[in-house]
Amino acid sequence: MTEHTSSTPAAALVGRSADGDADLFRPDPGAAPTWRMVAAQAGMELRIMLRHGEQFLLTMVIPVLLLVGFSLTSVLDVGGGARVDALTPGVLALAVMSTSFTGLAIGTGFERRYGVLKRLGATPLSRFGLLAAKTLAVLGVQAIQVTVLCVVGLLLGWSPSLDPVGAVAVLALLLLATAAFSSLALLMAGTLRAEATLAGANLVYVLMLGMGGVLFPTSSFPGPLEQAVSVLPITALTSGLRTVLVDGSLPGIAAFAVLAVWAAVGALLASRLFRWE
Amino acid sequence: MDTAAVEVVDLVKRYGTTTAVTDLTFTARRGAVTALLGPNGAGKTSTIEICEGFRRADGGRVRVLGMDPVADASALKPRVGVMPQSGGVPTGARAGEWLRLMASFHARPIDPDLLLERLGLTSAAATPFRRLSGGQQQRLSLACAVVGRPELVFLDEPTAGLDPQARMATWDLVASLRAAGVAVILTTHHMDEAERLADHVIVVDRGSVVAEGSPRELTGERREVRFAAAEPLDAEALRAALPEGSRVGSATAVGGGHEYVISTDDPDALGPEFLATVTAWCASAGILAEDLRVRRRTLEDVFLELTGRELRD
Repeated sequence: MTEHTSSTPAAALVGRSADGDADLFRPDPGAAPTWRMVAAQAGMELRIMLRHGEQFLLTMVIPVLLLVGFSLTSVLDVGGGARVDALTPGVLALAVMSTSFTGLAIGTGFERRYGVLKRLGATPLSRFGLLAAKTLAVLGVQAIQVTVLCVVGLLLGWSPSLDPVGAVAVLALLLLATAAFSSLALLMAGTLRAEATLAGANLVYVLMLGMGGVLFPTSSFPGPLEQAVSVLPITALTSGLRTVLVDGSLPGIAAFAVLAVWAAVGALLASRLFRWE
Repeated sequence: MDTAAVEVVDLVKRYGTTTAVTDLTFTARRGAVTALLGPNGAGKTSTIEICEGFRRADGGRVRVLGMDPVADASALKPRVGVMPQSGGVPTGARAGEWLRLMASFHARPIDPDLLLERLGLTSAAATPFRRLSGGQQQRLSLACAVVGRPELVFLDEPTAGLDPQARMATWDLVASLRAAGVAVILTTHHMDEAERLADHVIVVDRGSVVAEGSPRELTGERREVRFAAAEPLDAEALRAALPEGSRVGSATAVGGGHEYVISTDDPDALGPEFLATVTAWCASAGILAEDLRVRRRTLEDVFLELTGRELRD
């Protein structure tokens, strides 16, 4: 897009009578209602997330490929039972983490670098409003991810054991995990340089993918390692989801507690340390 | 409405051991254009960012529309428009959707499409920010600053990097804002911009105000005579031939010749006879005065007198 292709070249506007615009620019300030600001900002965040090529790869393409690939081939030992039944809970957890941690951290890190957060700070949208909008956008992307992965899983023959109480437990796990991952993402994005956040968030994604029980249960790890990774938020999420969806029982309080502690610590540190520019 | 748009008294801002702003004081009227004019590093952006509430002052008092920019931030934000020096838009956001988002934060915004058209951005509305030219990014940023119908706008170097047409469009918009009764505070290091747009010019150097007034007050009624000569001339002899109070300055002209500037403290002295004296002296000395002209001093002359000619970092 070059200047001279503009339908209204700037040159044509020169010399316009300033008084003719007096009505257009007459001061009449006022903030919009908070809900409208939050809805507009959330829509913007959602569109940017879905439009971003690398993020789409991370949040949609990789989880779907892992689910389809490892369900249809026997390259990976996923434990007993139908392969798709064992894989789907872990891939759902990975998808949730890719959006609420990796995607959010990288996106927010670069917004901070490019002065977007600072610029938004000069608008009537409050910091609370911005946070609410980001949360809504993350939840929106996750809803799409979960729908797509469930449909793909069902097409592959996934038969989760799910009763109403189990469904509530799954929802609670997903929301708690989103809170934990999001607060850690904001902590990272608000304290590190954008490049460091980019590298760090991707590294954490790969480590969690390998160690967090995403593709196979951590019960196949040696005892001490299994103990160590059990305090990771991704492990708490994957094991909790597996307990409900594979075993058909309710997860212990530990899974919820691990996620809640990460969420609380992350939120506390992020609110203290986050730098807007 | 009797309070000033912006009132800054004895403002101090330090970054570590560097003092960026030292006891800076100025007042910007409502409905007028105030220009903070100064070289790079003079403290303009620090001052404006303190007024915007982005930075805290280390000393002094700042009032924006009669309120404290930090403590009263939420009351001020709907009323004040801000155009930062660069960036501020996600690289993947499209020009039109970003302006609509900014509009949606306000109760009675200007129609975004109208504003895009006004700034020649209609055809760029669907283009992501990172693919806009520098000039288009600047104009979008300007549109975002005014879309909420603010009472006061801060424009930090609004025409930096613009081509002449885009610069004129920006000047035109500032004039419209002023006509509509919006207070505009802009920073610039373009003298012609300040001279052309501002009701009140505040010349800032090394963190404090070195001069202020209307462009007319700053440049005064003084005229000067300028000409170029291929060979150096005896400036002292020329001065002796002229009326009392005249000064002859010299500078190296573009292309290597010698440029002379004759000024006088007495505004009435510089008339036809004065000019005849100069040309007669040149004739007797066998010098051809090239590019001879009589002109009013510009803000640039005043600025260079006040801030010196040496280059800054």
